[in-house]
Amino acid sequence: MKPFTYERAASPAQAAAAAIQMPGAKFIAGGTNLLDLMKLQIETPAHLIDVNRLALDTIEPTQEGGLRIGALVSNTDLAADARVRRDYGVLARALLAGASGQLRNKATTAGNLLQRTRCPYFYDTDQPCNKRHPGSGCSAIGGVTRQLGVIGTSDACIATHPSDMAVALRALDATVETVKADGATRRIPVAELHRLPGDTPHVETVLEPGELITAVLLPAPVGGTQIYRKVRDRASYAFALVSVGAILQHDGTGRIALGGVAPKPWRVEEAEAELPNGPRAFTTRLMAGARPTRDNAFKVALAERTLGAVLNEARG
Amino acid sequence: MKFDTPATTNPIDQMKVVGQPLDRIDGPLKTTGTAPYAYERHDVAAAPAYGYVIGSAVPKGRITGMDVSAAQHAPGVLAVVTAENAGPLDKGKYNTAKLLGGPEIEHYHQAVALVVAESFEQARAAAALVKIDYAAEPGRFDLHAARVAAFPPEENDITGPPETHVGDFAGAFAQAPVTLDETYTTPDHSHAMMEPHATLAAWEGDRLTVWTSNQMIAWANGDLAKTLRMPKEKVRVVSPFIGGGFGGKLFLRADVVLAALGARAAGRPVKVALQRPLIANNTTHRPATIQRIRIGATREGVITAIGHESWSGDLEGGGPETAVNQTRLLYAGANRMTAMRLAVLDLPEGNAMRAPGEAPGMMALEIAMDEMAEKLGIDPIEFRIRNDTQVDPEKPERPFSARAFAECLRLGAERFGWDARNSRPGQRREGKWLIGIGMAAAFRNNLLMKSGARVRLDGEGRVTVETDMTDIGTGSYTIIGQTAAEMMGVPIEKVTVRLGDSTYPVSAGSGGQFGANNATAGVYATCVKLREEVTQRLGFNSEDAVFADGHVRAGNRAVLLGAAAAEGDIVAEDAIEYGDLDERYQQSTFGGHFVEAAVDAYTGETRIRRMLAVCAAGRILNPKSARSQVIGAMTMGAGAALMEELAVDTRRGFFVNHDLAGYEVPVHADIPHQEVIFLDETDPLSSPMKAKGVGELGICGVGAAVANAVYNATGVRVRDYPITLDKYLDRLPDAA
Ligand SMILES: Cc1cc2nc3c(=O)[nH]c(=O)nc-3n(C[C@H](O)[C@H](O)[C@H](O)COP(=O)(O)OP(=O)(O)OC[C@H]3O[C@@H](n4cnc5c(N)ncnc54)[C@H](O)[C@@H]3O)c2cc1C
Ligand code: SF4
Repeated sequence: MKPFTYERAASPAQAAAAAIQMPGAKFIAGGTNLLDLMKLQIETPAHLIDVNRLALDTIEPTQEGGLRIGALVSNTDLAADARVRRDYGVLARALLAGASGQLRNKATTAGNLLQRTRCPYFYDTDQPCNKRHPGSGCSAIGGVTRQLGVIGTSDACIATHPSDMAVALRALDATVETVKADGATRRIPVAELHRLPGDTPHVETVLEPGELITAVLLPAPVGGTQIYRKVRDRASYAFALVSVGAILQHDGTGRIALGGVAPKPWRVEEAEAELPNGPRAFTTRLMAGARPTRDNAFKVALAERTLGAVLNEARG
Repeated sequence: MKFDTPATTNPIDQMKVVGQPLDRIDGPLKTTGTAPYAYERHDVAAAPAYGYVIGSAVPKGRITGMDVSAAQHAPGVLAVVTAENAGPLDKGKYNTAKLLGGPEIEHYHQAVALVVAESFEQARAAAALVKIDYAAEPGRFDLHAARVAAFPPEENDITGPPETHVGDFAGAFAQAPVTLDETYTTPDHSHAMMEPHATLAAWEGDRLTVWTSNQMIAWANGDLAKTLRMPKEKVRVVSPFIGGGFGGKLFLRADVVLAALGARAAGRPVKVALQRPLIANNTTHRPATIQRIRIGATREGVITAIGHESWSGDLEGGGPETAVNQTRLLYAGANRMTAMRLAVLDLPEGNAMRAPGEAPGMMALEIAMDEMAEKLGIDPIEFRIRNDTQVDPEKPERPFSARAFAECLRLGAERFGWDARNSRPGQRREGKWLIGIGMAAAFRNNLLMKSGARVRLDGEGRVTVETDMTDIGTGSYTIIGQTAAEMMGVPIEKVTVRLGDSTYPVSAGSGGQFGANNATAGVYATCVKLREEVTQRLGFNSEDAVFADGHVRAGNRAVLLGAAAAEGDIVAEDAIEYGDLDERYQQSTFGGHFVEAAVDAYTGETRIRRMLAVCAAGRILNPKSARSQVIGAMTMGAGAALMEELAVDTRRGFFVNHDLAGYEVPVHADIPHQEVIFLDETDPLSSPMKAKGVGELGICGVGAAVANAVYNATGVRVRDYPITLDKYLDRLPDAA
């Protein structure tokens, strides 16, 4: 771990301003991802700005009838919130499908969205990785890729975004609220927060340097049957091979986002028109252009079958 | 004591303490976090320096340049140890690759340097400043590709003969009316024990003490001395508590050598724990296998030909995974062949992991038996019983010492509700779940090894046992305490057990499920000697004396045990040694594994619902600790069946998923209901304890029982472990 300096931010705007003053500064929230990466020298920030005391840990109703989730609300508290459980079941279920109880107690809403990939080569600093070391090459391509992405990937990187929560937020059409270094605030739909890798897999989001996430906004409840189905190699405490976040209405319409397959929560709104035609028709549209490897081609079929399971479960 | 004739009645048969389900005597230390593990020996070295290990970034090649100057000048750094400055080093007898590599690199993450600093964080930060240039060389990393150049491994005590032939296998197989010829694969496995390999080393002049985590104290002692080119007597190895080993800590490993070298360089005690991401590639693993099994039988299900070939790989000079072992002994059949082939691979060193040989061998053989039973239209249990044998099928003049194999299967069938199984697969469905039941035999040999102990009696009647035997979480402390208590006629509270120190008599150590029987037999032998001394001092005729309730009695005279040591402690030292009973008789342990599994008809996820193991393994010294051995082994077997695999990058030459996030082992949610039944059995040929091992029996066959249950649920046969959903998703029956 590289030596670093540390400060505790006084306000969100001040945190954002401080982050561009110190080159190589990073925010730290729960630290469950960042500290692991620092210990392995995958992240080497020169300065940490602790945002834990910014009073961003409440969940408030919005004027539009939705919820404003503070960036520092823990995954545990968010999953347990009565309003979330009642109106946004897919979110509560996605959260509880992730990590472990101890980790969820520390993990925060913003930290979860910005957690980094679980590509095993990204974790091994003796291996080239375009995401960790831009331009060094991708050692995963042609190697062990069973867990990696099948769609939205590029020749530079085929890693997935590992968050379960983000998949639910994408299905819910959530929005991220931020403050920039100059004090300006803006809103970014979760759909646009993460970038596809292209030639620059190390640039993972549209956030500007220093930009701090202050909240996640949920629109007014949309009802429906909300399911989060995560498929993995063991029953708990593993990242998804494929996951499906679904909000299904009685009239057969719905919204579906996939995890475990792409560098961001994968949702194609136009494909949802195919939902009444069954899992195959929908998945064919959703996964059009998929470029799986030999090891992970099963994910395309698994996505379809998992969706079948979800539709079956929704029918009750 | 030489054990060369079958045991007769002896004090152990009283079973007042031995055989009782006593709690672990070390339990409170474990549950309160006060058991001193190697990395936390604050009591023996107050201010140790910390070492951080650097592993090679290439799997094969040479170091062409190493610049440690920045690291040396980093804050807190005391020393940087490399092969260049470590002085001349030998290689341990039990090591294949060097524990400190360079300039030649033999495998990925082979240790090439240790950075020693005041704090762990400083050592880690400085390690990142070490610049190493490598000239990488091409290597062989793919077992399937290297298989063509595989050769018969050299015969030795561990490996046995590379091939065996009885009768005319080829002819009988060709003529058999029903045959099976299939190939199965098992992947490389990591021990994934909770406590990493860890050592605290301290020098006092030219004497070295290491507090470490090791299963075989005498091997570690000998190999550390050999590696450092010092006399064995000047090296002390201490390892009283071990946070899991599973064979990964049988040998001297890099943590010990580097801590010793680091302490010498820094001039003060140094501690080293292998960083978790290094363990998979730096230490040993269970090698992958390719196994071809051929079985020929009559239509009545009598095996006439059985053949088992296994291919595995290891570094140059390494050994094979002896996956054909059980096939030499488990089933009858007049015409037989087994063969092992070893390929040279430049992957990290392969070596023993829980039930080496049988664990992967049974994973293959017991699917083959299930397949064969189906071809014959015979119930799989019946098929196995029909081919049961009471003699070594390769050497019929050798009977089994005890073999209650059929009883295990019958009892298991009854308890598990085997009757409810539909022999046609894919028939039982509950909602989205496809349900299946499967079984497999359990089999593992019983090994006899010399084992010594020292037992002391004091004036208070307290008994203290010292032996270099280890407790790797298995319960050795407790069963050794029980043995001494039974022999000396005192309650277990009056016994103190001290283990894991090279200043104590050499024991069998923990491995190959040989620890429990041999180490307790060594304590038995020593207690016999101590009893003689006691009776003599008390003026009893040793034949008549009864040791019970803290007294020694004969006729109507009773004397407090402690009275014998009134003038000073009495110390006896002895060892159990064996004659040829294991040559004249085949000694093995037997069982049956039963599994009910549910497979999600949509996604192919497998969830085990219940497991049962029935074991016949001689006297069970403590049913509670034996049960936890078996359920632990069943859990490990479930992992091997469903998820565990070190994923090989065959281009880059290393195990990619080298941490506990990537190498998945079962979690609680994967293991619902487990039951274990021990047959009431004693084996007077195994030792005066009449016991055998169970810690490895419990894993042998589990994987196949799961595989057979998955087949029974789905009708899809998977022959490549682990049975992950991607291997059969496209063959699952229609879900809807
Ligand atoms: C063993 C293990 C298993 C796991 N399993 C799962 C799983 O199954 N599913 C799953 O979804 N996740 C899983 N996780 C990941 C876990 O959800 C994340 O580590 C956690 O959500 C990160 O939150 P944090 O607050 O600790 O983030 P931190 O580690 O503090 O930060 C993560 C990143 O976000 C940045 N950041 C934090 N807050 C802000 C902010 N307000 N604005 C801008 N940037 C910010 C940090 O600079 C850093 O780059 C697992 C993690 C572990 C260690
Ligand atoms: S897939 Fe992406 S994260 Fe993985 S090695 Fe390649 S560039 Fe790095």
